[in-house]
Amino acid sequence: MKRHLVSAADLTRDDALLILDTAEELAQLSGRAVKKLPTLRGRTVVNLFFEDSTRTKTSFEVAEKRLSADVINFSAKGSSVSKGESLKDTALTLQAMGADAVVIRHHASGAPARLAQSDWLHGSVINAGDGTHEHPTQALLDAFTMRRHLNPGASGNALRQGLDGRRVTIVGDVLHSRVARSNVHLLTTLGAQVTFVAPPTLLPIGIENWPCEISYDLESVLPKSDAVMMLRVQRERMNAAFFPTEREYSRRYGLDGTRMAQLPEHAIVMHPGPMVRGMEITAEVADSPRCTVVEQVANGVSIRMAVLYLLLGGAVFADGPADTPRTDSVETAQ
Amino acid sequence: MTTYLIRNAQITGGAPQDLHLADGVIKAIGTDLAVEADIEIDATGLIVLPGLVDLHTHLREPGREDAETVLTGTQAAAMGGFTAVHAMANTTPVADTAGVVEQVWRLGQEAGYCDVQPVGAVTVGLEGKKLAELGAMHESAANVRVFSDDGKCVDDAVLMRRALEYVKAFDGVVAQHAQEPRLTEGAQMNEGQVSGELGLGGWPAVAEEAIIARDVLLAAHVGSRLHVCHVSTAGSVEIIRWAKAKGWDVTAEVTPHHLLLTDELVRSYDPVYKVNPPLRTAEDVQALRKALADGTIDAVATDHAPHPAEDKDCEWAAAAMGMVGLETALSVVQQTMVDTGLLNWEGVADRMSRRPARIGRLAGHGRPVSVGEPANLVLFDPAYRGAVNPESFATRSRNTPYRGLDLPGRVHATFLRGRATVLAGELAEQGGEE
Amino acid sequence: MTTHQDPSPRAPHQVLDGTDIARVVTRIAHEIVERAKGAEDVVLLGIHTRGVHLARRLHGRLAQITGRDIPLGTLDITMYRDDLRLKPARALEHTEIPAGGIDGKLVILVDDVLFSGRTIRAALDALSDIGRPRAVQLAVLVDRGHRELPIRADYVGKNLPTSLREAVQVRLADTDGVDAVLVGDRDYTARSSQALAPQPSEPHLPE
Repeated sequence: MKRHLVSAADLTRDDALLILDTAEELAQLSGRAVKKLPTLRGRTVVNLFFEDSTRTKTSFEVAEKRLSADVINFSAKGSSVSKGESLKDTALTLQAMGADAVVIRHHASGAPARLAQSDWLHGSVINAGDGTHEHPTQALLDAFTMRRHLNPGASGNALRQGLDGRRVTIVGDVLHSRVARSNVHLLTTLGAQVTFVAPPTLLPIGIENWPCEISYDLESVLPKSDAVMMLRVQRERMNAAFFPTEREYSRRYGLDGTRMAQLPEHAIVMHPGPMVRGMEITAEVADSPRCTVVEQVANGVSIRMAVLYLLLGGAVFADGPADTPRTDSVETAQ
Repeated sequence: MTTYLIRNAQITGGAPQDLHLADGVIKAIGTDLAVEADIEIDATGLIVLPGLVDLHTHLREPGREDAETVLTGTQAAAMGGFTAVHAMANTTPVADTAGVVEQVWRLGQEAGYCDVQPVGAVTVGLEGKKLAELGAMHESAANVRVFSDDGKCVDDAVLMRRALEYVKAFDGVVAQHAQEPRLTEGAQMNEGQVSGELGLGGWPAVAEEAIIARDVLLAAHVGSRLHVCHVSTAGSVEIIRWAKAKGWDVTAEVTPHHLLLTDELVRSYDPVYKVNPPLRTAEDVQALRKALADGTIDAVATDHAPHPAEDKDCEWAAAAMGMVGLETALSVVQQTMVDTGLLNWEGVADRMSRRPARIGRLAGHGRPVSVGEPANLVLFDPAYRGAVNPESFATRSRNTPYRGLDLPGRVHATFLRGRATVLAGELAEQGGEE
Repeated sequence: MTTHQDPSPRAPHQVLDGTDIARVVTRIAHEIVERAKGAEDVVLLGIHTRGVHLARRLHGRLAQITGRDIPLGTLDITMYRDDLRLKPARALEHTEIPAGGIDGKLVILVDDVLFSGRTIRAALDALSDIGRPRAVQLAVLVDRGHRELPIRADYVGKNLPTSLREAVQVRLADTDGVDAVLVGDRDYTARSSQALAPQPSEPHLPE
């Protein structure tokens, strides 16, 4: 595995399976009296959040604490960042404090990649969501949840298995979704087939070259889906003419009880949260036993523990070929 | 005044000849010239081109002297082989009055490295609301002929029409930064495959093309000259080609970086590749090269845009747009146009000196290399190859996308009216205009 | 390449064969029944990897002797190791605690080789996070000495005096195709580990 987790595209199938299997083992911890391991004792992990995100931050924090890391929460609000301090100076500060890893959430796409490539800090960089780019730990926990439900037999039998041949439908605001981008990379790596369903306005230009299928018709896709993931659709998108009204959106692309009934019996309904009930998902679906939202949250802790352990638990080696100087990578059109 | 005898130089790539420079002009050209000169230069293997003319630079003074000054910017220009540069109006204060353009023009004269031709703002404060005093700027000592709100688009169709009409009175030209503002809200890079994957706000080609299409029609309607800044898409090339075929008075420029670099580079999220207009696709690059070769695009203009390190040493979205380009322009043109066989040195002289001088109505620049003409010349070594080292730049800023890249060619000497501004690859001390 | 040759490392030689190992396991099972008073509250926990196989064998023997099904589990101590930072992060093995838990039980840890004692230290730490046994005992196939911690085994298959130059390899049919214990020079093992076993097994280096 690389030293950083910036993009789900950086993970090979073996890397991804190692993370999922490790998380599977670590998931046992939540059933124990002492929900703690000494593995990252003496390691400092900084949660650097430039964007509010109670759930992701809490999930990482629980994972870090269960591994006995020293946790520092560095949020942009109330810190010098809000007074105009640059990402570089913040990173240099964290480096001076001896951060072994930085979990970063940033509103700018590419901020974690920038941090990982820079010489501003030497610790591992873990992307906890950057702009509209990626959210790799979310994709990992989604895959983990799918694997548990879709691979028959006990969880032990799921080890070393991918999601080969499984059909995953992702519905909603793909254009602005970092969850969708990370998922299409990871699910494809794990052998699943991804179909995006969205109004054309909410699909990025060039998506026809992504390793996925596109549909504008939710109902035709549902009967063939093993898992359907509903993405949050922000109401303010309406004002930028991405779709006419909330009502029309939910009628065409929302998941209600009737549509859920078209899913195969084994299929699950997923949502990265926070849900906008009445928009992309009805309360009936959100509260149904097929909906894995709460489980996804629990799985998030196991996945983040696995990632932290695998990046930080062992020896830290010098940068691999992933970090070659930029001069070698200048691409020009000849 | 120091006199020069240049031995065995190839004028725009022709057979080796000697040139004698004295009294600010080319005194003699011939083989084995038997004349005395203060300094004799062995120019064997070097190309002579007329001094380059840049229609598009940002010299940042007044206002952002931390990024560049007229002195450092013109030193960079001289190092790049330029003898005249147009300085864009987006300074602080904006060059929208006779006072500011005269100040910039004087700073250029005092520095002495390169003629600085200020560009006047089309609208007050570049705000796109009210015409600036275009006539006053023209009548000033700076004698402004080119007007542009560069960095911002004159997107109001009526205002653009009026500007095009108004400058006809003094043979001016409006240089449009073609960017439809609504289509580029929050735009961070070329909209396409890469922007979709990177989750960066897309900057569609149509935002440029739609404005160019509108502007050529407006220019045709009112019978005015139009210049299109930094053309970056294949579609823009098609529109300009069509307008020229109609016989309309439309000219266009392309930057060196749009001739070489593509949006694939943005995958690094390194803001050194962030520029306006954005780097486009390989297809666009090929179309631009072809258009420059066939004359659809008239000129290479650097859009030299210096920024201090802190404006690039950050996350992509927070970074400033722009690249420095004066000191690498000719090398990039050699690599993309000459070494590929698309353009010979005669063509380079045309696209980097003659035509831009004509568009800017600069007398004394872009002249043929012949006896009696002003000695505005550059001696260029096309055989040189070396990695770009920004630390050696004369510009105050280091935001070059070519750091460490091997580029061909190097400026050996630059002459401004017979005075060497660069000699043996080094800046020559200037005492200002006599 | 090297210009001078080191004295050739000694090839590993076998100290226990399959029959020996079976006899030793049987003996330990009897000792457990004897010392643990019928092994009524015993929980066997095998330490990954070969301790798990040995624990399973002990479990089988104990079932034959006592006629009861002794609770059997597995323990992965990776997350408790004190040498984690010397190697890249390792994949985890499965820890399985029997349904009845370990609280108030006599836990017998089972491992193949007792050496520095660091593995057992880690296992004791892991146990204390899982529950509170009445007592913890240790059964090992081989005790090769060189302890670095105050730890001893309660049941030892064979005491094997070794030098630190040597490596002890335990092979079990479950993973290695054959039952055997070998001792050889560490250098030799490192150089030709592939020639030794169809599936190269990790030599027991100082933990």
